[in-house]
Amino acid sequence: MAAQKQKPGDLGDLSLPDKYRAPIGLAGFSKAKAVDWLKSLVLIRAAEEKIGEEFGKAVIKCPCHLVIGQEAPAVGLADHIMKGDRVFGAHRSHAHYLALGGNLHQLMAEVLGKETGCSKGMGGSMHLYQPEVGFHGSVPIVGSTIPIAVGAALSIQMDKTKNVAVSFLGDGATEEGVFHESLNFAANFCLPVIFIVENNLFSSHLHIDLRQPYDSTCRFAEANGIPWQRVDGNDVAAVSRACQSATRQARLGTGPQFIEMVTYRWRGHVGHREDLDVGVKRKDDLNLWKKRDPIARLAKGMEKKKWLQPGEFERWEKKAEKEVFKAWNQAEKDPYPQSEALLGRVYFQGNRR
Amino acid sequence: MSLPQKTSYGQALRDGFAYLLKNHPEVFTIGQGLWSPWYVGNSMTDLDREFGKERVIDTPVAELACTGVAVGAAISGKRPVIIHPRVDFAMLAVDQIVNQAAKWCHMLGGQVCVPVTIRAIINRGGEQGAQHSQSLQSWFAHIPGLRVVMPATAQDARDLLIASVLCDDPVMFIDDRWLYEQEDVLDPVREFDLRQEGPEIRRSGKDITLVSCSYSLQQCLQAAHALGERGIEAEVIDLRVLNPLERGPIIHSIRKTGRLLAVDGDWATCGMAAEVIASAVEGVEPGIWKKAPSRITLPDAPAPTSKPLEQAYYFQVKDIVQRATEMVGGKK
Repeated sequence: MAAQKQKPGDLGDLSLPDKYRAPIGLAGFSKAKAVDWLKSLVLIRAAEEKIGEEFGKAVIKCPCHLVIGQEAPAVGLADHIMKGDRVFGAHRSHAHYLALGGNLHQLMAEVLGKETGCSKGMGGSMHLYQPEVGFHGSVPIVGSTIPIAVGAALSIQMDKTKNVAVSFLGDGATEEGVFHESLNFAANFCLPVIFIVENNLFSSHLHIDLRQPYDSTCRFAEANGIPWQRVDGNDVAAVSRACQSATRQARLGTGPQFIEMVTYRWRGHVGHREDLDVGVKRKDDLNLWKKRDPIARLAKGMEKKKWLQPGEFERWEKKAEKEVFKAWNQAEKDPYPQSEALLGRVYFQGNRR
Repeated sequence: MSLPQKTSYGQALRDGFAYLLKNHPEVFTIGQGLWSPWYVGNSMTDLDREFGKERVIDTPVAELACTGVAVGAAISGKRPVIIHPRVDFAMLAVDQIVNQAAKWCHMLGGQVCVPVTIRAIINRGGEQGAQHSQSLQSWFAHIPGLRVVMPATAQDARDLLIASVLCDDPVMFIDDRWLYEQEDVLDPVREFDLRQEGPEIRRSGKDITLVSCSYSLQQCLQAAHALGERGIEAEVIDLRVLNPLERGPIIHSIRKTGRLLAVDGDWATCGMAAEVIASAVEGVEPGIWKKAPSRITLPDAPAPTSKPLEQAYYFQVKDIVQRATEMVGGKK
C-alpha cells in the first residue's frame, strides 16, 4: 500500500477484527519461502503455548509476555536480516529471538533461570540475548531499547557497512518521550535504523483509544520526515514485503524507516491468561481476532496454491511440539547458575580490547 | 633550565580527550554543546576542528536518547563518551545509566560489556540555584555495575578520564568546574587499568584522617596545611573511585589516627560521607577510636540562589579546620 494514500494517524479498517481474514496472498513468493514462514510461525506458537502452560503451573515464575497471535512481524522481518545487522526487542520478544534463529533450548533454559540459558540464566524471559543470530538484547523498560538501536545504527554508520539496526517496539512505547527523541535523532543523523511498531492496540490493560487521540503511530514518523509503511501485521507476506523495502532503503544510506504492523495478542499482557476482564473491547474482540490468525491464514493461502498437502500442517505442528518438548525437558534438567555468578558478573570479566 | 610547565585541570581533560581520539579510533564524544565555546569550559575546546564533527558530536536537546545512543554504540564496538554539561540534566538520562548501562553485563550473563563513559559536570555557585548546582555522586555510587570516578587533580583528570574510557564497564565520570584552575606538572600519558585504581593518600599524618574526593579533596588539603600550622597532622585520603569503593586504605589510616572526618560536597543523608563512615565503623576495631567519626557535607536542602544563603550553603576550608581541631582536642 502506498503511504500517501493512507492517513498517518488513522489505522482505518486495519484495526477492525472482522476484516483481513482472507487467506494470505502469496504472489511473488516461492513455495519454499512460504514453508519456511509456516514452520517458523508454528514453532514460535508451540514454544509460547508450552511456556504459557508451564507459567500456569508456576513452574516458570519470571514474568513472561507471550506473543501468541502476533508472531508474524518477527518472522517477516527475519527474512531480510543479514550478518552484522543488529535487532533489539522489548518485553514481548520470544518471537523476535526465535524467528532470527535463536536457540530454542536456550530460550527455555533462560525462562527457567538456568546457566545454559541464552543469558546464562541471569535475565529470564525479558532479557534475551543471542548476538550470533543478530539479536542484541531485549528489556522490559518500555522504550529503552529504541535509542540503543539508534546507537547501534550510529556505530554502523561510522563503520561504513551496509548493515542496519532494527528496533521492535509496541504502540505503548510510542507514548514514551524517548521514542520521540530517538526518531528525531535518527532522522537528523540519517541513521540506518528501522523502527517496527507492533501495534496490538493494547498497552498492558489499556486500549489505544484510551491512551492516544489517534490510533495509528505512523503520524510520529510523518512528523519526523521518516518514510513509513503500515501493514496488516497478521499477514506475514505483507510484513516481509514491507521489511524488504525498508531494509533495502536503509542499507542504501537514505536514513531511518518506520513500519507499523497492526496485530493483536491473544493472551493477556503478562502470563498465560486471556485477560478477558480487562480493558475495553477485549472480550468482544478477542474471538474475532482469533479468526484473523496469522498461521491459519497462511496455511489457507498455501492450500489455495496447492503448496500444502492434507495432513501436512498437522504433521508440522506435531514436529514443532516434539522439538519444544525436547528443548523443555533438557532445560528442566539443566543446572542453575553457581552462586559466584551473583557478584562475578556485575562487572565485565573479559577484555574487549 | 626552564621550569616544568604546569597544566590546568580543564586543559588536562582536553589533553585526555585528544589522546583518546588520536590513539583509539573506536572512541567518540557526544553531547549537548560540544561545538560551543562555553558549555564545557575549556575542557574540550576545538576538539571538533581537530578530530572532526563525526567524532565530536553536538546533539539535539535529548539527554535520554543521546545517552541511549551512546549505550547502543558501546555494545556495538565503540567507546563513546556521552557528556552532560551539568549533572542536573543527566537526571533525564537516568534510565539509560541505571537501568541499562549498569545492568546489561550482569543480566545478560556477563556476555556483553558496555564501555560507555558518562561524563557529568558539576557547575555550581554563582547564584545558579537548585537545578544548576547539584553534585549527586552519592546517588550514582549506589548503583552496582556503574563505576563512579571523581578526579581531584589535573593529573587525575587526564589519566582517570583515559582509564575510564578504556574500561570495559560503564563509568560515571564527574568533574567539578571549581577545579578547572587547579594545576599540576603532568607526567607523560600512561594508560591505567581503572579496575586497579582506588584511593590515594595525598598527605600523611597521624592525628586525624580526612577522607574526601573531587573539589572537597582540595579543600581538605588546604585544611591539612592550616592544621599543620597548629601542630595537627592530618592524613588526607582522596577516594578517586567512589564505586566500587576500596575500603582498605581508609580503615588502615584510621587504625593509625583513631579519628575520621569525612568531607563530601554532596548531601548528608545516604551520602558518600555516610558510606565512608559506615565502612570505617564496620572495619575499624572499637578500641581504636579516639573520637566518634564525623562528616562535613552540604546541608540537606536544595542549593539556594540568594547570595547570603549560598554562602551559608557551601562549606569552607575553615569549617574543616575547625571541626578537625575540635576532634583532635584543640591546639597541640
